[in-house]
Order: sequence, then structure tokens, then C-alpha cells
Amino acid sequence: MKHPANTWFAEKLGDHGIYTRYLEDHHPAHMPCLEIRILDWEQVAKTARQLSMRLVAVWAAEGGRHEQDAGMYVYMSFAHPEHRHVLLRTLLGNKREIPSISRHYIAASRMERHMQDMFGIDVVGTPDKRRWLKHEHWPEDTHPLLREFAADTEMAQTEGEYAFIKSGSDGVYEIPVGPVHAGIIEPGHFRFLAVGEQILNMEQRFGYVHKGIEKAMQGRTAMDAVRLAARVSGDCTVGHAWAFAQACEYAAGTSVPGRASYLRGVLCERERMANHIGDIGAICNDAAFSFMLMQMHRLREDMARLHAELFGNRLLMDTVVPGGISIDVDEQGCLKLITQTRELAAEVEHLRAIYADNPTIQQRVIGSGVVSIDDARDIGLLGFTGRASGDYPDERIEEAYPPYDDLDVSVPEGKLGDVATRVWVRFEEIADSARMIIRLLENLPEGAVRVGWKAPEPGISGFSAIESWRGEIACWLRFGEAGTIDRYFVRDPSVINWLGLELAVREVPVPDFPLNNKSFNCSYSGNDV
Amino acid sequence: MSVMASISVQLFQAVLLVLIAPLAAGFVSTCKARLQNRRGAGVLQPWRDLRKLFAKEVVMAEHASWIFRFAPYIVFTATMMAASVVPALMVDTPLSLTADVIALVALLALARFFLALAGMDIGTAFGGMGASREMTFSALAEPAMLMSIFVLSLGAHSTNLTTMINHTLNTPVMMQPSIAFALAAMVMIAMAENGRIPIDNPNTHLELTMIHEAMLLEYSGRHLALMEWASQIKLILFATLLVDLFVPWGIAAHADPGGVVLACVFWLFKLAVLFVLLALAETGMAKLRLFEVPEYLSAAFVLAFLGLITHYMLEVAV
Repeated sequence: MKHPANTWFAEKLGDHGIYTRYLEDHHPAHMPCLEIRILDWEQVAKTARQLSMRLVAVWAAEGGRHEQDAGMYVYMSFAHPEHRHVLLRTLLGNKREIPSISRHYIAASRMERHMQDMFGIDVVGTPDKRRWLKHEHWPEDTHPLLREFAADTEMAQTEGEYAFIKSGSDGVYEIPVGPVHAGIIEPGHFRFLAVGEQILNMEQRFGYVHKGIEKAMQGRTAMDAVRLAARVSGDCTVGHAWAFAQACEYAAGTSVPGRASYLRGVLCERERMANHIGDIGAICNDAAFSFMLMQMHRLREDMARLHAELFGNRLLMDTVVPGGISIDVDEQGCLKLITQTRELAAEVEHLRAIYADNPTIQQRVIGSGVVSIDDARDIGLLGFTGRASGDYPDERIEEAYPPYDDLDVSVPEGKLGDVATRVWVRFEEIADSARMIIRLLENLPEGAVRVGWKAPEPGISGFSAIESWRGEIACWLRFGEAGTIDRYFVRDPSVINWLGLELAVREVPVPDFPLNNKSFNCSYSGNDV
Repeated sequence: MSVMASISVQLFQAVLLVLIAPLAAGFVSTCKARLQNRRGAGVLQPWRDLRKLFAKEVVMAEHASWIFRFAPYIVFTATMMAASVVPALMVDTPLSLTADVIALVALLALARFFLALAGMDIGTAFGGMGASREMTFSALAEPAMLMSIFVLSLGAHSTNLTTMINHTLNTPVMMQPSIAFALAAMVMIAMAENGRIPIDNPNTHLELTMIHEAMLLEYSGRHLALMEWASQIKLILFATLLVDLFVPWGIAAHADPGGVVLACVFWLFKLAVLFVLLALAETGMAKLRLFEVPEYLSAAFVLAFLGLITHYMLEVAV
């Protein structure tokens, strides 16, 4: 193993007198899982916060094969820029209660609400008791992720209303937007409180694209399940499939051939380029600068067509599988990819000059929707949004999983945290991705692109963190009988980044919201899973 | 005899204006498409859209009152009447002799009033938001528009369009700084009044950024068609007004067929030039931030006012 076992956090907790037990059935060792007592739960979160670790995720799972009692376990995960990830878990008592850690990590709140909805776990001391993904028309006492709940249960309909934050003032104007929009975008509801045209508060309500992927994963083999994982969020399919595959491979101790990991890198960076290109066009279009949209669309379309030609799917779906990748590229394909990437990067630079030289669009993006560095750290903003605010978590550097251990990733370091900086970071990332794609393809190792997949023993769990174009995707899964998935948990970066958008638009006029929303472009589907 | 002829020219002109309004909108969007390296949907697309909308069923909001139902007809009629007041082909058409510029602005204000009422009538957040934006901006745009027209009225000693055009036609062509100011102001107002970039984006699907479209969101079928058509007529009306006030040369003085045909060619050519310029401007610009729109409109007012002052300072013979 390249990385040594990670004992840093366990030692730090030991200094605080907190006893931890290293779990042998969890992999990889450099992102260990520690069992702690429930009464230490909040103290651990507090300690992590003091050590400036960021929250990765909070989730729950019923006991697996290795656990004697079929109890309920709650997991949380933190990451430190130098000491990487650590997972912690604790066994709940009969009352199924857990102290909330939202006081230390605000981003935990929605994930705790999710546990509350789906497992019926009582989160004690949470600042927000409202339901999250489980909407009010679902009965209060159904908890769909429990084992006893059959996936084909006919759900009874109940009545209820979500308590949005209200303003007592007569001068405050409430604007409900969505989930049905005038344009073709994903469904989500935004509730604005505005005075005149100034936004006071924006509240999000999601769950309209809840697909039950976590439930649907159970009982599928890894090869079957990866197709589902690839569909968590369509624009981020390589990232999600890779996160799933890597978690499987860590759990099973499979090492992927060099050619496969190089090609995974190529696919992931191509996905990053395509999405950044598309989004920059869309951001400009939201300020009515549609010239950029049309040009960027054209470039993105070129990428999609080449993907369809070489990999059989415009969005690169179903390319990454546990054990490698499903399709190889020949020399000619490599050449096409290199040529196109090079041309695209040049064209984007040309368009960037047009964008940067146009005062009207610059006037719109500069200074709009600022997220300060402190806010970014409090939330733990991921990916390019974090980088725009001055916080630079990047798994390609921190964990440096292959192929990034052979590359030098350059992270653009923004600090203003406004729309302009987010666009700037995206332009920088396009250039850097293009450089890396060419580098990877020119040094592509020979050999197989896939090794045989052999599922691990029941009860073994794996964890992975992949830097997708939106930011880090965290994936935890545990195997059950006969190589099937027993529990799959994924945290799309959007789950955290949506909070950044809520903060960003507090000081902007109402018509600037779409511009800001697009500059984040969080996934609704990834959030709702 | 000549009365009959001028009435028929008036009718012909009004019908022509209403009929080619969708084509003009199509022309602008085709120009824009070409500037963005696209093929575009073609000049006829607005016509096809209108035909489709007229054939579609009208869906009414549950809480809609008669205002919502009648607004499209009032808006369309008022805009059409305003359009027939503006001489496009011949200087002294019967209607333009009866109605002056103030009546024209008032007709447009009437249309806007009902549009805003209809926006608020159904009680959706977007309708109210659009109406509030529209009224805020029009409170600034209308005085600026009148002011820039008054600059020309000062020379002509009239607010009647026919008299003003005659005055321009009969004075020797020379650089008048006041006219330049008035032109700049008028172009800015025309962009704002028609909901073009940089004030509003006619093609947007983002509810929160809309001004004009936000008020139409609940409309469907023939109601929507009338509303769309009215705004297309408004665009061509403003273009014609610009032509009339600043470059009227070529317009027919009498109702003789040859002159009218020639005037028609001149008019269409001038419109085409204006629309190409509009497409160029819209392609090269992003929308203004909402709070900068009042500044933009105030700038237009100030320009018109400067035109007024320069007229007294430089052009009035002592």
C-alpha cells in the first residue's frame, strides 16, 4: 500500500482522553474508520473543528455482517488537508438518539435531517427539526432506508406543510420559485424573502428528484450497482462512477492497472472541462450575454460527439467500472482526444479574452454573490466554489490517488469568492485539465484496462473521496452476502455547496440570483439521491 | 379625392405596420443568430409562433378577473392605435393630424397600465414583481421620452408629428447639437421601452430576471399571441418614430402612388439599418444590474435635457 495507516486523528483524540477502536473490516487504511462511544460523539466533532478539519459527511447504517447485534450505527467523516480523511462511527442505544454536531459543523444539519427522515434516528439538539428529503406527504413513521421497509411498499399519502422561514414584517415580499421553472432545469424550490429588490434570505427546499438510489442499491452486485451510481447526477457521471468503483476496489483490495487509472483521469478531466465550458456559457447567458452561451455550447457539443464516438456515450456514462474501465481507446482515439483537447483549450482562451474584455458582462459578475473565506471554511465549501473563496480542498492533491500521483495538479487560488472569481477558477481549471489530459494521454501506459472483479467478504466496507468537477464526492459502501451491496452512501459535493449559495445571495438583488445559482451550479439530483 | 387617397394610405400604412411587426422581430433575432454564428429560426418564426398561439386553447388562472381577460385586447388595440398615429409612409395622414406626440405617449402608457394591472391581477409573485419593475422604470422613461421629443418640438413649435416632420424636411440639413442629444436619449429610451438588452432580455427563461415577460407568464393561447404581437408592434413603432423624428427624408409628402411606394422602400431600408444596429448592440452587451437601470434612464433624461439647453444656447436666433 502506498499510503501508511492513518493514526493521526486517533492520537489527537487520545490526547483528549477519547478512546477509539480501529475497525479492521474497513478499508483503506489511510482513511480509517474508528469506533467511538456515543457519549464522545459531540466532543469528537468539537475536537475535529478545533483541528480545522472539514466535515465530509454524516450518515447512518444498520449493522452489517460483522456486527453482532443488528443495531443502528451513525458515521461521520472529517478531512484534514494534510492528514486526509477519517471516519468515525458509533452504535446507537435502544432509543436511537444521537447528539447533533450541527453546532460545530453547520453543513451537518441537512445530513442529520436526512438520517432523521430515512432511519427515524432522533437527533438531539439539532437547530432544525423539520423534515428534509422526506416531504410532508409521506407518513411520519415511515423510514424508507430501514431494512424492514420493503422497497415496493405502497406509501399512504398524508397532508402537511413545510414551515418555511417567515418574516413578521409587512414590508417583506415573499417570492416562491419552482419546483416547476420556466426553463428546462432540474426541480427545486427557492423561497425568497425580499425587501424591494434586495434579497434578505433565500431558503432552499429539495427532494423533488428523490430517486431512492440508496435503497435501490441494496442487493445489487457491484457491476450492476455501478450503473446506478453513474446516474446519481448525470452531469457528473464519471465522478460518481469512479467514487463508487474506488470504494469497491479499496474494500476488495483490488488494484487497478495503470492504463485504466490514466484513462479514468482523462475521462474525469474531460468531464470537468465539458461542464465548466457549458456553465461559463450559461452564466454569461443569465446576464443576457448569449454570444458566449452559443460558442460554449458549440465547444461542449464537440466534446459530447467525440465522447459518443470513442466511448459510446455523450456524457461518458458506464465507462468506469470496478476493476478498471469498460472501454479502451486505441492510438487513433488518443490522437483524436489530444487534438480536440488542444483545440478546445485554445478556443476557450480566445473566448476568455472576449469575456474579460467586455465591460458589460464584467460589471455583472464582479462583486456579485460574495462568499467570504470564513463562511467558506465554516460550511466546508468544496471544489471550485471553495477555491474561489480561498479554501482549497482538492482530493487530487490531498489524497493524490492514481493517476494524480503522477501529475502536478495546479489549484487556482481565488480569494474574493464572487461570481467573477468562480468563473475565473473555472477558466483556470479548463486550462489545467486540458494540460493534464494531454499529459496523461501522451504517457498512457500499455496493458489491460481492467482486472477481474472479485467482491470482498460480507461485512467489509470501503470509502473513497474523488475530486469530481463539482468537488469531492465521498462514497461509503459495505458489502453483504454474495458480493452484493448492503449499504451505499454517497455525498455529492452539492449537499454542502448548496449552503454556500444560500449565503452568497443574501446581499444581492433578486434578478442576480440566477447568475449566482449558475455560478455554483449545484446538482439537484445529487442532493436528492 | 385626395382625402380618400390619404385615408387609404393611412389604412395601408396601419395594416402594413401591424403585419410586418412580427417579421421585424424575426429579422432582429435572425441578425442576432448570425452574429452568434448560428443559423437562427428564420425571419418568419414569430409569424409561425403567433399562428400556433392563436390556434391554442386559452388557459385561465383560477383567480383571474375580467382585467386579466380584457387586458390583451386593450393592450393590443392601444398599441395598434399608437402605431397608426406615427406616419411611416406619408407626412400628413388623417390620424397623425389629429393625434400628437403626447397622445402617442399616453396611448402607450394606457397599454402599459393594463399590462401591469393584468400582471398583478392573478396574484402570482412574478406578475407583481414584473409589474412593479415595469412601473418603476416607466416613471423614469416616460418623462425622458417626452423631453427628448420636446427638443424637436421647440424648433417646430408643435408637438404634432406631421408638423415636426415637415419642419425637419424644410430646414436645411446641418449639424444641430441639440438633435444629437435628443437622438442619443431617444435611442436609449427606445431600448428600455421595448425591453431590449441592456434593460430586459426578451429571450430569457429566468423568471426572476424578467420585467416584461414576468407579466405575461400566466398568459396562453390567443391572449399571449396578442400580447406578443403588441410588443412586436411597439418595437416597429419606436423604430418608425426614430426614423420620423431624426431621418424623415424620403417620406412621401402627398398621396401619389409613386411617392408612397418610394417612401415604403426608404422606410423599410431605414428600419433594416436600425434593426441591424439593434442586433449588434444586443450581441455585444450584457444586461445591466437592476439597480443600474434607473441610472441609465436618468442618463437618458439628462441627455434630453442637455439637448433642450443647447437648443436655447446655440440654435435660437436672437
